[in-house]
Amino acid sequence: MSKELIRLSNCTMAFDGEVVLDGINLYINDKEFLTLLGPSGCGKTTTLRIIGGFQTPTSGDVFFDGVRINAVPPHKRAVNTVFQKYALFPHLNVYENIAFGLRLGKTDEKGKKVKLSEQEIHQRVMEMLEVVNLRGFEKRHISQLSGGQQQRVAIARALVNRPKVLLLDEPLGALDLKLRKDMQNELKRIQKAMEITFIYVTHDQEEALAMSDTVVVMDAGKIQQIGTPEDIYNEPKNAFVADFIGESNILDGIMRDDGVVEIFNRKFKCLDSGFEKDEPVDVVIRPEDVDIVPENEGQLKGTVTSVTFKGVHYDTIVDFYGFKWLIQTTDFCPVDSRIGIKIDPDGIHVMKKSHYSGMFGDYSSYSEEYEEISDASIDPEEEEQEGGNEE
Amino acid sequence: MKNKIAWLSAPYVLWMALVVVAPIIMVVFYAFTTAEGLAQWGEIPITEIFTLDNFARMGTYTVIFARSFQLALVATIVCLLLGYPLAYVMAKEGPGFQRMAMVLIMLPMWVNFLLRTYAWMAILENNGILNNFFEAIGLFDLINRIFGTDLTYFRMIRTQGAVVLGMVYNYLPFMVLPIYSVIIKLDHSLLEAARDLGANSAQVFRKVIFPLSLPGVLSGVTMVFVPSVSTFAISRMLGGNNQMLLGNLIEQQFLGGAYNPYLGSAIALVMMIIVIVCMVVMNHFGEGEEQAVML
Repeated sequence: MSKELIRLSNCTMAFDGEVVLDGINLYINDKEFLTLLGPSGCGKTTTLRIIGGFQTPTSGDVFFDGVRINAVPPHKRAVNTVFQKYALFPHLNVYENIAFGLRLGKTDEKGKKVKLSEQEIHQRVMEMLEVVNLRGFEKRHISQLSGGQQQRVAIARALVNRPKVLLLDEPLGALDLKLRKDMQNELKRIQKAMEITFIYVTHDQEEALAMSDTVVVMDAGKIQQIGTPEDIYNEPKNAFVADFIGESNILDGIMRDDGVVEIFNRKFKCLDSGFEKDEPVDVVIRPEDVDIVPENEGQLKGTVTSVTFKGVHYDTIVDFYGFKWLIQTTDFCPVDSRIGIKIDPDGIHVMKKSHYSGMFGDYSSYSEEYEEISDASIDPEEEEQEGGNEE
Repeated sequence: MKNKIAWLSAPYVLWMALVVVAPIIMVVFYAFTTAEGLAQWGEIPITEIFTLDNFARMGTYTVIFARSFQLALVATIVCLLLGYPLAYVMAKEGPGFQRMAMVLIMLPMWVNFLLRTYAWMAILENNGILNNFFEAIGLFDLINRIFGTDLTYFRMIRTQGAVVLGMVYNYLPFMVLPIYSVIIKLDHSLLEAARDLGANSAQVFRKVIFPLSLPGVLSGVTMVFVPSVSTFAISRMLGGNNQMLLGNLIEQQFLGGAYNPYLGSAIALVMMIIVIVCMVVMNHFGEGEEQAVML
């Protein structure tokens, strides 16, 4: 990636003593598509608003192109925002909404007032209408547009000012699934074509993985992990990230040696190293990394408790020694059948224990047998006499 | 009726028919007839009973028409100039200021309208409270010494200014409240969007807040202008005989010495039509914004 454009340095934000952002350190590169991902209340929108200038951090600094911009008001920043509910001006038509920023008369670097000619405004508005596929809509009233069209107007209105950074606050939240997928591709295309930085806020992990160069996973006002979509998915840093991004079975394990982790008293080969000997760890196994094999060939053996057809695959919930796993497989295994599973070393991901340990990654609630609360620490020998093939 | 509970509105519909629609029909009927004509009911053809005589006689009162609309217009403009900034500040300030301002605006309305206006008479009289106060602080002495005049009071009552003051005092809340309620409901993200696009505070106001508050301005203007143009109490108490307005003229035709309800009805009808035309034109003007608020 190219040079750094925005840096948040130790940013903390508190409202009435309640901390919503807790020491955020983040840098954003030029021309990057960066997504702030997290559940509601995690601080992602606050982070965006700090960059947009709508909020000033309680402590910490914001830098833009190396210049501290904490006190710079929104209308003097080279960023534009696409708001969650679009915030289009209801008293203006599509053309005037998009032209709004152009008509304000900006001051250039030399401090001189620059007013665009009607002709230039017309040309740039038409250009943007082309970019967002809304040619012919310029005279329409905002109330006559569908949600998807309003969305496009909001994007055009922000982009027409040629900002260095476009901030998008859950811009697709109000659209239906099909339209959302279309707009994801559209946004990605626009970002590539305009060659500017996009900072995108969403709680939708699929959206984040599909669109971003960099994903920032946030929870409880803290950054949990920063990385490429592949990193975030394959190498989650803690149980929160593993659970929030995709589906995960998260198990208690003990690191017996470099490349050897013990789960359910059985040793498994893995690719992770650098842990203390006998360190308790969280082990993530993605549902699609589990192979179902005949019972006697399995490393672990369990009973199928529920099967849900999902189109491409079956969501199969399997009870292993009281802990319920989600396995995504194209093989149909009927409920109550006994199966074995195999996991390749690269399907096992070991994480350090964190305060999120034990909170996620158990699929008991998928099962109809709700009263049978799973317990990972159960002694497998009680239930299962013959163990799997130990490594 | 499509709706099953629509009959619940029957009492109100009946009430409206009796006290609004019926009187208007009567006014229209009276406006096109005269006492002489009606006395000959049945003796002359019905088409000759209906006449435009009343309207033809109205030319005499052009001055009063002009004065009424002029004073109402001035009062409306003053209300707008005072009321808009107040409404804007109220909507922008915290709830504490809002509550206090609201109480101060509503407080006078808990006192009867006539009593309030009588109070102004006491204040503005030639030997009233205000002039006594000026006397006490030696203002007249000072002025007389500087300009060599022989002033003992300011003539405030029985002037057009006093009438406008009475209108503004009584109807200002009707300007403030609708504007306030529109501004307070403005979507805050619109203001953020404007700032985000590069608008400074003045531009945010001029390009977003003001156009979006126009529906409130329109209803405020209506609610001040209409009662101002037809008032007769304010003009009689604060304007005296030489500031007669349409309201006084009509009152005279019905209750006063000039008793002629037929002419009175015609004047009332013409005034009503002028007001309706004004309102239609204004609402047409603000139609786009009306839609905007519906959003």
